[in-house]
Amino acid sequence: MNDRLIRILTDAFPQLMEKFFTMTLPLTALSFALALLISVGVAMIQYARVRGLQRLCRIYIWIIRCTPLLVQLYLVFYGLPSLGILLDAFPTAVIVFGINEGAYMAESMRAALEAVPSGQLEAGYCVGMSYMSIMRHVILPQAFRTAFPSLFNSLISMVKGTSLASVITVTEMFRQAIVINGRVYESLALYTEVALIYLAFCSLLTLIQRWGEKRLGAYGGAR
Amino acid sequence: MMLSVRDIRKSFDGKTEVLKGISLDVNKGDVIAILGPSASGKTTLLRCINFLERADSGRMTFDGQEFDMHTVSKRDIAAIRRKTAFVFQNYNLFLNKTVLQNVTLGLTTARGIPRAEAEKTAMAALKRVGMAERADAFPLQLSGGQQQRVAIARGLAAGPEIIYFDEPTSALDPELIGEVLAVMRQLAEEGMTMLVVTHEMEFARSVSNKVVFMDGGRVIEAGPTAEFFSNPKEERTRAFVRSILSKGQE
Repeated sequence: MNDRLIRILTDAFPQLMEKFFTMTLPLTALSFALALLISVGVAMIQYARVRGLQRLCRIYIWIIRCTPLLVQLYLVFYGLPSLGILLDAFPTAVIVFGINEGAYMAESMRAALEAVPSGQLEAGYCVGMSYMSIMRHVILPQAFRTAFPSLFNSLISMVKGTSLASVITVTEMFRQAIVINGRVYESLALYTEVALIYLAFCSLLTLIQRWGEKRLGAYGGAR
Repeated sequence: MMLSVRDIRKSFDGKTEVLKGISLDVNKGDVIAILGPSASGKTTLLRCINFLERADSGRMTFDGQEFDMHTVSKRDIAAIRRKTAFVFQNYNLFLNKTVLQNVTLGLTTARGIPRAEAEKTAMAALKRVGMAERADAFPLQLSGGQQQRVAIARGLAAGPEIIYFDEPTSALDPELIGEVLAVMRQLAEEGMTMLVVTHEMEFARSVSNKVVFMDGGRVIEAGPTAEFFSNPKEERTRAFVRSILSKGQE
């Protein structure tokens, strides 16, 4: 590797990291929080079989899962303005990522809720608890544990997915790499560098997942 | 009369009628054993009485208040449930809660009892079933018999007027049945009102004061325990008692 290349990469690194911490990370955190909120709500509506709303939830999941994320981003950012709905790039990205991943996570959450033995709910009723109270203290905590690995899947996939926001002018880490590359024309080196940063961060998340699973334990049961 | 139900009917999917008009009276202090072959509707009866299944029709009088069992409101159900306890065949302890939390959760969330007081009540209940030492364990760290005793403590803690037992020993290994039956026997001696669906004939014979024998969704015979076992009136009951007695001699 020559000196020029090394200098380009070391110059690029702080710029990439800055965008990672100021854009990629907040974008991921906010989108994931939104997705989590949506998924718990949607999953609970289906678990409780709330008539009407339940159908709405199925339609939401159907449409979101069956259209590409990229198309959804374009539709909201470039399409909706013709209806007078004009959103900034960053909030657009948060909303689209949140709504998109929410649909997938809702299915994980629903499966996890349904995996909680029905006797848990009945036992709660029999000690006089209300439905919402049982959900909060008994069903949801157990469901979260079951859903934990697949929720982490979604989180990790979202970290990398935020790079798509570059196409709607959000200068997150990947777009920053594109910008730098426009000046220096070192595609292989720069995109490798940015890939390694994603790899490092997602590896960290993988470790956190493993640690989290251990902490959540199996409630003392043999596993 | 503390609890009486009249003419409970229940069918699943509008086809198979599981309960074909069941009536039952429970006095304070009664220990009633509900016996019968499997699929006779015993468990469904118990579940209908605690509204885990909604009966198609039937009337219930609980503590002098009358309810239509099909149309009873959620609020009335909740009020009745706060005076009752239910012990399941497979324990159904809250798996994400410790033994102590299993007993306190209903007290703090459903009855608004402060935590410290709830824990005191819970520990007293756990002591009664001999599980106070395992207060910090999780359900899956316990044997089936221990879990069932905790489940009984969970029911006891709120001071119920009646406890329903749905085959409380059927899921247990034979060597663990004794400890659960001992706790139930002790409760009976202390005057607890109990409605027990069971296959434990020895328990029914020595602890219960009344027996209800069910078959095919009907009550075939009901009466004092001694009479039921020594002098059953109905042919089907006689056959049932004979089959048990012969099993006992094996």
